[in-house]
Amino acid sequence: MAEEPKKVVLTEEQQRRRRTRNIAMAVILGGLVVLFYILTLFKLGGNVANRPM
Amino acid sequence: MSFAHDQIPLAADAATGPSRAEVRDFVTLLKPRVMSLVVFTALVGMVLAPADVHPVLAAISLLCIAIGAGASGALNMWWDADIDAKMTRTRGRPVPAGRMEPGEALAFGMVLSCGSVLTLYLAANWQAAALLAFTIFFYAVIYTMWLKRWTAQNIVIGGAAGAFPPIVGWAAMTGSVSVESIVLFLIIFFWTPPHFWALALVKPGDYERAGVPMLPVVAGGDETRRQILIYSVLLAPLGVVPYVMGFGGLVYGVVSVAAGALFLLLAMRVFRVRTGDAAVKAARDLFAYSILYLFVLFAALLGEAVFAVPGV
Repeated sequence: MAEEPKKVVLTEEQQRRRRTRNIAMAVILGGLVVLFYILTLFKLGGNVANRPM
Repeated sequence: MSFAHDQIPLAADAATGPSRAEVRDFVTLLKPRVMSLVVFTALVGMVLAPADVHPVLAAISLLCIAIGAGASGALNMWWDADIDAKMTRTRGRPVPAGRMEPGEALAFGMVLSCGSVLTLYLAANWQAAALLAFTIFFYAVIYTMWLKRWTAQNIVIGGAAGAFPPIVGWAAMTGSVSVESIVLFLIIFFWTPPHFWALALVKPGDYERAGVPMLPVVAGGDETRRQILIYSVLLAPLGVVPYVMGFGGLVYGVVSVAAGALFLLLAMRVFRVRTGDAAVKAARDLFAYSILYLFVLFAALLGEAVFAVPGV
């Protein structure tokens, strides 16, 4: 039977830091979604309506 | 409360252990104070540019330039961690302080570099994106990895990296480089040496300990003072050029002459007062004033452009 890999147990402080990093990453990813959505809207502008059908 | 994923397999982190970095450490990597100057000078380049770009796209372009500047700061802190640890001014930075692994800073810098350049290409044009990529490369590779530890002219040539933002901002709006944006570049370029050498005169021991060949360490205080004066003599009239060329108005003309004269006066004082606390104070005063000088010049240009009366 294979030996189970050794584990590192995070301290309270490490857990707190990782949690805040994760929240920051979530906020940044959400921000990027909004940024590229807005960027697309303003780059297209009125040209969406002008394209040949 | 505990989750299964709180137990990280040791093999995955054998070399480094779990990250100790806080969010604010990543913010520190971006060098927010340098970034604010980059944002400001790039904004002036954008506002002065004769182009009709939607404000939202311009704002996204400015954000990209800011992030690009921050990315080069992160790459700088990754590479320079060894010398940062030896200087009082920089030893509290995340990597030398041991709060962050060098690899984290490198990855952060690289991801932001690529992301900012690609997004600027999408928001503006390839010319601006190429200039931003070159600026990051210039700061992170040419200055940080090569010039900084090799020559006393490090911050003279490396100063170009800090001078590029108005050109990138102008290019983001127009897709080209103009004489006006090059003049703004030159003002920052000639401003950089007296600014940094004044700081180096205040803290010469820092650079010596770190083995960075700053001018005061290599050539001594007297030569540094002479060079500061030479660059200040070049800078003061250069600051008036936007008025002479017509893209700075009367307000800018008056401000640039007065601010340039005061810059020269303080540089003269640094040149003359060479010993004791008075010499350190003179250098510190010039360093502090140099920041105000650049801000006032660009603020005058910005103010004139924003509050300009059409047809006047």
